[in-house]
Amino acid sequence: MSLLTWHGKLIYWTVLTVVVVGFTIVFVFPLYWMVTGALKSPDELAQIPPSFFPKSLDFGVYVEAWQQLELGTFLRNTVVYAGGAWIFTLMVDVTAAYALSKLRPMFGKLILALMLATLMIPPMVLLLPTYLVAKDVPIFHWDLLNTPWAIWLPAAANGFFIFLLKRFFDSIPRELLEAAAIDGASPMRILWSIILPISRPILGVVSILSVVTTWKDFVWPLLVLPETEKMSISIGIASLSAQMPQNVLIASLVIASIPTILVFFVFQRSIMAGLTAGSLKG
Amino acid sequence: MATLTAKPPARRSPGVARRAVGRNLTAYGFLCGALICFAFFSWYPMVREFLLSFQQTNFVDPPTWVGFDNFRTVFADSAFRAAWLNTAAFTGLALLCGYVVPFVAAIVLNELRHAKAYLRFVVYLPVMLPPAVGVLLFKWFYDPGAGLFNQVLGFAGLPALGWLDSTDTALISLVIVSTWMNMGTGTLIYLAALQSIPGELYESAELDGAGLFRRVWHVTVPQTKLILLVMLLLQVVATMQVFIEPYLLTGGGPENATVTVAYLMYQYAFNFGDFGAGGALGLMLMLVLMVFSAVYLRVSRDNQS
Repeated sequence: MSLLTWHGKLIYWTVLTVVVVGFTIVFVFPLYWMVTGALKSPDELAQIPPSFFPKSLDFGVYVEAWQQLELGTFLRNTVVYAGGAWIFTLMVDVTAAYALSKLRPMFGKLILALMLATLMIPPMVLLLPTYLVAKDVPIFHWDLLNTPWAIWLPAAANGFFIFLLKRFFDSIPRELLEAAAIDGASPMRILWSIILPISRPILGVVSILSVVTTWKDFVWPLLVLPETEKMSISIGIASLSAQMPQNVLIASLVIASIPTILVFFVFQRSIMAGLTAGSLKG
Repeated sequence: MATLTAKPPARRSPGVARRAVGRNLTAYGFLCGALICFAFFSWYPMVREFLLSFQQTNFVDPPTWVGFDNFRTVFADSAFRAAWLNTAAFTGLALLCGYVVPFVAAIVLNELRHAKAYLRFVVYLPVMLPPAVGVLLFKWFYDPGAGLFNQVLGFAGLPALGWLDSTDTALISLVIVSTWMNMGTGTLIYLAALQSIPGELYESAELDGAGLFRRVWHVTVPQTKLILLVMLLLQVVATMQVFIEPYLLTGGGPENATVTVAYLMYQYAFNFGDFGAGGALGLMLMLVLMVFSAVYLRVSRDNQS
């Protein structure tokens, strides 16, 4: 199909229009329907045929959803879970990747292999034993249920992030670190002042992946945060959905999706970079 | 610098040994956080999964060893067969939709020269929604009365469907949500793979008179064979763990039409309080998925070397 001929141009523009319109209907229209659906009264929601534009633009339902569903609490909880998981993930995975890449201890290869092996085990099949660990941590006998630790600690055990970070650290020339070591810099100082500043791109990718993953997670918080006061936003909405009037529920869905959509608007580039880093790791 | 890159001394002096110990201690200091997290939340649960499947436990008394009793319990359950069949059907359908559709979408996007950024953005939008939001949104669309889907069918002069309420359509309804929420990932990955194909290959195919379909078949598919295989395996592993859709949309119903292995496992543990039977199901699922994971690992390692 050549774009130069009149015929080819016609086909190209037809296909383009069909694709743009099709994608918009399939992927954007449901979101439009959600945002406007919340504005409709329960009567208007049940009306057949449905109205394309809501009759009145009363944003009161969003306020109502915020108050009735305690969305403020749920959102604050989710920020605490995602933020803490992010900090723990960076602290734990960066230091581990640094040790495995640059300090190279005995059995380092074995430890890395064991960490990567966990990527082969799908998380769902370890759900029950991991839940039992969170409920009664071996040796210490702590009950982590309904505490942020139940989210933070498992999130840090991420073999994929360690793999990504280690691969990046491996590419940092040894001479650079050796020069710093001769100047008397401690390993901690080398990590902080040399490696971390160079590694900004990969740290960005890992940060966004980590925050978004925790924010979107459902099954694990469903199990370990049963108390309503402690729920994350996804779990809160899902568990209260049955008791809510439809328009209030839809409004809360809108509110719950705003943070991740905003993150996507701002960090599109890094998110897509992380996506390809994740898939083409072979 | 020259002293550091020089050959190591032939004989180890006590100083060198001490330094090696110190180096290892420092390294393990940096590693200890990860070792603790992995030990408690990855490695030990893997061992515990095996123990769980062969034990009966009520969390008060010490667990007792029961051999294959847990497996007998789940085998005897009528939902067991349904769960495996549904999981297989869900995976098959999800592959058909979620594997072929994104690949075709990526090929089309790759051919287009306008609106690319917009289309890429839009197709990935649902992936960014929390899954609970996407699923609950579709629950509302599936509503048999005023739900959007039946309205659209009515508008087109088609009869209304029961969607989640009918055993015929419940499973496919789950597949539709799942595809909508996840196809952005596949599309963008394929798109990246397509863009790395050298343009000369297409040009020479075009010079040989190959049309669009022959170009796709003889250039695109062979060039992306590896990523297609990798994605196939990843998708199988991901979709076989399906849980949130049946949990939020159907509760496994109607008449076990949407009960999946992961959902049944959850039910055993948290609705019936039988962690042993749940563990047995989890172990079976793990063994099946490990086969796909192992093949995936093999493929991606072959690719690396």
